[in-house]
Amino acid sequence: MNELVLKTERLTKRFGDRRAVDEVSMSVRRGEVYGFLGPNGAGKTTTLRMVLGLVRPTAGSASVLGLPAGTAAVTERVGALIEGPGFHPHLSGVANLRVLARYRALADSAVHAALERVSLTDRADQKFRSYSLGMKQRLGVAAALMGDPDLVILDEPTNGLDPAGMGYMRRLVVDLAQAGQTVLLSSHLLTEVQEICDRVGVIAHGRLLRESTVAELRGGTKLRVRATPSDRALAVSTAAVGDDAVAVEGRHLLLDVPPGRAADVTRTLVLHDGEVHEVTAVERTLEDVFFEMTTRRDTEMEASK
Amino acid sequence: MRALVRSTRAELLRIKTWPAAWILAGAWLGLNAAFAYLFNYISYRNGDSSFSNDGTAAATLLPRLLPEAVPQVLLQGMPLFGGALMMVLGAVLAGSGFGTGTWKTALTQGPSRVATVGGSLAALALWVVGIVAATLLSDFAFATAVAVVEDQAVVWPALRSVAEGLGTGVLVFALWALTGYVLGVVARGPAISVGLGLVWLLVVENLLRGVGSMLSAVDSLTHVLPGTAAGSLVGAMVDTTTGDSAPGVLTALSGTEATVTVTAYLVVLPLVAIAIMRHRDVS
Repeated sequence: MNELVLKTERLTKRFGDRRAVDEVSMSVRRGEVYGFLGPNGAGKTTTLRMVLGLVRPTAGSASVLGLPAGTAAVTERVGALIEGPGFHPHLSGVANLRVLARYRALADSAVHAALERVSLTDRADQKFRSYSLGMKQRLGVAAALMGDPDLVILDEPTNGLDPAGMGYMRRLVVDLAQAGQTVLLSSHLLTEVQEICDRVGVIAHGRLLRESTVAELRGGTKLRVRATPSDRALAVSTAAVGDDAVAVEGRHLLLDVPPGRAADVTRTLVLHDGEVHEVTAVERTLEDVFFEMTTRRDTEMEASK
Repeated sequence: MRALVRSTRAELLRIKTWPAAWILAGAWLGLNAAFAYLFNYISYRNGDSSFSNDGTAAATLLPRLLPEAVPQVLLQGMPLFGGALMMVLGAVLAGSGFGTGTWKTALTQGPSRVATVGGSLAALALWVVGIVAATLLSDFAFATAVAVVEDQAVVWPALRSVAEGLGTGVLVFALWALTGYVLGVVARGPAISVGLGLVWLLVVENLLRGVGSMLSAVDSLTHVLPGTAAGSLVGAMVDTTTGDSAPGVLTALSGTEATVTVTAYLVVLPLVAIAIMRHRDVS
């Protein structure tokens, strides 16, 4: 599980004066589903393009399966769907995959297996240009899965899909994960990433802000308390759980303590003449953490200007 | 080498199933049939007084329509009309991949960039060879039909003459197809590359040759241009003494000079395409 399939070191890409990717060091381990998160324009796709050798880094390095990224030995072991599927519109789905199979020296059976995997067999003979957006994305995923690659890179595979299409894509990634496939999933659909991914990297303004497991990133469950008088409640809570573990959130206090301490906290507040109106366990979602991190980064960027 | 073969097979499969490739090949074969045989045959049948033969005696038209003349007739329309169509083919083949994102897909399939682009160029070259061969076969079919209908002896040209015609046709078409390909790569799209290529081929080179007759420096420059080289190569192969050669057929360079210049283009153009694609960021 700890074998690194992908590793970037201070990977940087500049377009003129703009740093699209700024010293990104990330790693993807074999068998994991890695979520690559970031708002639009954060540098996700540029990073992935560098990993695939489509874009040359300005500085830093990337290696895939222990080999320099972008070399032929690497690309034939990686399947990728980068920023939308790129297929010949006049060819059918199956003909497009056959063309790609020729590049990879794969038999036609690999084409049919890939089509079956994305449930596109019955529409395979239709021209690509007649496909719906969802079908196009599925064909892109089929191309990425052809030949059973060591690493599958899916860049925004749910972009533009309706809820049914998104659900389908999510199930597909879950299936891949269950089959032990290493997947690097770039997305800004945080609920999906939270459900699917083992580890995540968060990127904003070209910088990797954090890389950790989803659980680590979300942190533990907290207690949300509403008690009056509020100043006394704050003082008592701070004395009980520590200065660093208390935050004020409007009329509520957010205590960074496990839910098991709810009774203890309530008793302490009551013993100090506080009136406790509400105590709830709150769990931060990945979305909360993501917005917190990216907003903070936005503020830092603004301040540095 | 294996990667190059894989890429070539992939691109050939793409071209074979690509309507644009068939439309351009069909357009050329149709134009060639019309201008090389149909109109000349109508002129011949209408006799010496016809408006359509532009002063050419009907008797001189018939030999051009018979099988023995096929190697020369084959080449007449290639420097200009055929060349323009091949240039469009090359430009669309290379340029369309940037808009559809198929370059991005192809470059992430395993073969190196050099092998991927090399395979695409090799497939284009094979397709061009196929078009020239199809032109030769169709010309033989029309010429034989004329000979039979006009009760003339079917005299086949010398094999060497056929081979020279075929080889020259391939060189001329490959030159223009590769020029289009490089334009498609440089412009990252088919529209502007086709437009620029056609303006160059049909207008600019002719204008430069006109200016060249007044300025010796420009005249020297025109001698190394692709249109001059292709036109002169065909001019060295066909009879230009009658003064009614097809547009684009020139005598500016000798056969050897023209062959060397065209060959130089055929070496340099693929290298340019590969060099650009090798170092370019593809999105």
